[in-house]
Amino acid sequence: MLALRKFLRDTPATIGLGIVLACILVAALGPCLAPYPDDAFESHILQRLKPPSAEFPFGTDNLGRDVFSRVILGTRYALGVALMVVSIAMALGVPLGLIAGYRGGWLSEAIMRVTDIVLAVPQLILAVVLAQLLKPSLESAMLALAATYWPFFCRTVYAETRRVRSALFVDALEGIGASPWRIMFLHILPNAASPIIVRATIGMGFTILTAAVLGFLGMGATPPLPDWGLAIAESRQYLPESWWFATFPGLAIFLAVLGFNLLGDGLRDFVDPRLRRSR
Amino acid sequence: MSQPILTVEGLRVSIRGDEGAAQVLDAIDLTIPRGRIVGVVGESGCGKSTLIRAVLGILPANAAIERGTLSFEGRDLRALSGAELSRDIRGSAIGFIPQDPFLALNPVFKIGTQLLEIMRGRTLAGLESESDKRTHLIGLLRAVQIPDPADALERYPHQFSGGQRQRLLIAGALACRPRLLVADEPTTALDVTTQMQILDLLKRLVAERALSMLFVTHDFGVVAQLCDEISVIYAGQTVESGPTAAILDRPHHPYTRLLIGCHPDRAEDLVGIPGAVPSPRDPPPGCRFHPRCPERRAECTRLPPTAADGARRVACWLHAAS
Amino acid sequence: MLRFLVRRSLLVLPSLLGLLVLTFVLMRVVPSDPAAALAGETASAQQIEQIRVKYGFDRPLPEQFVIYLGQMARGDLGISVFSNRPVAQDIGYALPATIELTFCALLLAALIGIPLGTLAAVWHNSPLDHAIRMLTVAGLAVAGFWLAIMLQLLFAMDLGWLPLRGRLASTLTAPPDISGLFLVDSLLAGRFDLFGNALSHLAMPAFTLAVPGIATIARFTRAGVLETMQKDFVAYETAVGYAPARLVAIYVLRNSVVAAVTQIGLLFGALISSAVAVERIYDWPGIGSYAVTAILNLDYNAILAVTLTVGIIYAVVNILVDLAHGLIDPRVAEQM
Repeated sequence: MLALRKFLRDTPATIGLGIVLACILVAALGPCLAPYPDDAFESHILQRLKPPSAEFPFGTDNLGRDVFSRVILGTRYALGVALMVVSIAMALGVPLGLIAGYRGGWLSEAIMRVTDIVLAVPQLILAVVLAQLLKPSLESAMLALAATYWPFFCRTVYAETRRVRSALFVDALEGIGASPWRIMFLHILPNAASPIIVRATIGMGFTILTAAVLGFLGMGATPPLPDWGLAIAESRQYLPESWWFATFPGLAIFLAVLGFNLLGDGLRDFVDPRLRRSR
Repeated sequence: MSQPILTVEGLRVSIRGDEGAAQVLDAIDLTIPRGRIVGVVGESGCGKSTLIRAVLGILPANAAIERGTLSFEGRDLRALSGAELSRDIRGSAIGFIPQDPFLALNPVFKIGTQLLEIMRGRTLAGLESESDKRTHLIGLLRAVQIPDPADALERYPHQFSGGQRQRLLIAGALACRPRLLVADEPTTALDVTTQMQILDLLKRLVAERALSMLFVTHDFGVVAQLCDEISVIYAGQTVESGPTAAILDRPHHPYTRLLIGCHPDRAEDLVGIPGAVPSPRDPPPGCRFHPRCPERRAECTRLPPTAADGARRVACWLHAAS
Repeated sequence: MLRFLVRRSLLVLPSLLGLLVLTFVLMRVVPSDPAAALAGETASAQQIEQIRVKYGFDRPLPEQFVIYLGQMARGDLGISVFSNRPVAQDIGYALPATIELTFCALLLAALIGIPLGTLAAVWHNSPLDHAIRMLTVAGLAVAGFWLAIMLQLLFAMDLGWLPLRGRLASTLTAPPDISGLFLVDSLLAGRFDLFGNALSHLAMPAFTLAVPGIATIARFTRAGVLETMQKDFVAYETAVGYAPARLVAIYVLRNSVVAAVTQIGLLFGALISSAVAVERIYDWPGIGSYAVTAILNLDYNAILAVTLTVGIIYAVVNILVDLAHGLIDPRVAEQM
């Protein structure tokens, strides 16, 4: 409770938490909140490209669908994709980082070198190549993004493991004959929990942004999914007349990413007060 | 007698913190006659650094001078603006020698650049052009016995030893031909041999150039070797001052006596005096030493008057009558 | 210094090779058939088979890789199926455009980010600091491709101040190719009209790419300045009367930008990533546009070459960053 109060004293972090909670709420209740839940997939050619009004607060798109409803419904996709990507990346990166940090030797070297190589290419380029090679779809976009993000978890966990590894209690555990897996997952991993959580939060923001780029380039979500990036791509040929079509999905991306970034920064400061000044 | 170069009277400085205000300095009196070296002696945390900052006008933003006078060559330093202090006083009329030569020089600039910056924007007779200033600096580096002075200006701080860096900093203090030097324990970070050499150098420079010096230290050995006069500080109060020999020979104040008695060389910590230095946040009333004083009396909870005896001053009820 | 350069360059080679292997393997093991992609959608099974043999796709993977390395060593990166030109030539056209764009973006990011960060640190915890902090957080959250479209909407379509897309007005011909950088070449040719036109085309894309950089650099500069201000030498410099403005702008800042410069190396990855979409929106004929086209068309040779080029640029930038550290800090220079 005290910790929560301390966290809430950090105004930007609290704003971030608020935005993230709001996003989760919108994602969960999407169809109930959207004024025209069917507009996710249904088109109404007669009312296409209408400017914002009381009826359609964000206007309508090229197929006459309510942009406001699609932005709301898109939240579920954006958050879902990000959650999947971060989970897969975590499932890959965390054990690899643990093993590399705990075991040492050639295996550790090999894992860390692969990590370096993947990190040596801009994430998006790699993701784009992968996504395209796997046949464009939401699933391959997710796989591609996860395949480029796991090294971040690997590095974080590796550093943490190396730090904890030298702590006395690990020697003690080895002394009483605890198995390496037990030590890694039951004793070392909990120590690395905070940096992993921070990394995951920041990763959510990063992934929402990158997934949007993939969608925009036509390598992620496919029509008629109410994807934010895709909507912006579709809007381009109706500019500058239908400015609302491009503007609002972009604002949604901005807000969601902002929320996760603020929350991530706040968590990092909270977990590691030494960094507090350096934000 | 001519007017002293620096006079501090009844100086009180408080610093606001998260847990309320702390009176770091309470009643500081200090006089530096022209041409003399005055040592300010006290334990760590007694307010020596704050005193220097107050004199140089670089107190932190959360600190305030609550009362007292600071007078340099008859000018009221408290009345000067920040810009005036920066241009006319700091580095120009008052040269400053810092405590730690390893940390005080900017690691990424050449020595010459850093020394020239001190002279920048100051009008110095005969030193208008850059090359005049360089020649002047080379002369100073020679005076502080830096080998290859012209070459030294082109080098970086990490290429010099600690003693050499302290010499460079002394040259920096002299760059604008100041009248007063303020030295903040300039030898603590150095080994004993180097320390002796630096002290000799300072003594000689002060004499040659008709300077005055305020020398802050916790080391009675250094004081005995260098200073003409001493001023002893305890917890932000001046307890005793006077000629070095007289004080070392026959200290009046119980604190000075204990300080010299139990630790002739180092006043770093008071082994043998029961109790601890009081927190400036919640100091005892009156003489701040009285809770630890073996000779305390009832009236010690009131601020003692300063008794004068020739050149000597002591702030203690024991001597109030005499 | 030279030894440092050689050593660093040699150190990069294994990771470039690793990158190449990674990309190469990826492109061969994924479900897409390179021969089918090359042959086009209307090709018969027999035609596909012919292409498979012709391009050596039927040979074992390691052999294919060795052949590719051999060709690469001779400067032959293969033919692009999309442009029908040698990939090396395509890259030769696209690379200067991207270098011009990203360099200007970085320059812009540093020129805006460093002063912002410094101001925030000097007046930390003031309303100005909070405002700058909000700006930096926002700068990192905005999607580049969306910002690009918004800028186009405002400055090109609505206000008409800046050209919508491209590198140069279509009525103009490019300056004689010397460096491939229009800004440089136009000046060399003494064509100030071309310079102005190229600059106006560069403004929006460079700014779009610079936005996250501004945020990052401002952030790290602020932290660096705050940290430096605590140092003993700053207290000393104050005590000997350095003019406050010069103290911060010169003596503190040079000690503070180390972290920010390190970030520039990392930023470059983000910059290239961002360029992929942003170049496409502004029709900027750079590596980013080329990469998207290559990837969408499963143009294998082009994809490999682009990945390699980006890897090399990345490595070069990081070496440059190390050199910059040496320039900033003499102690680092001595270790080189």
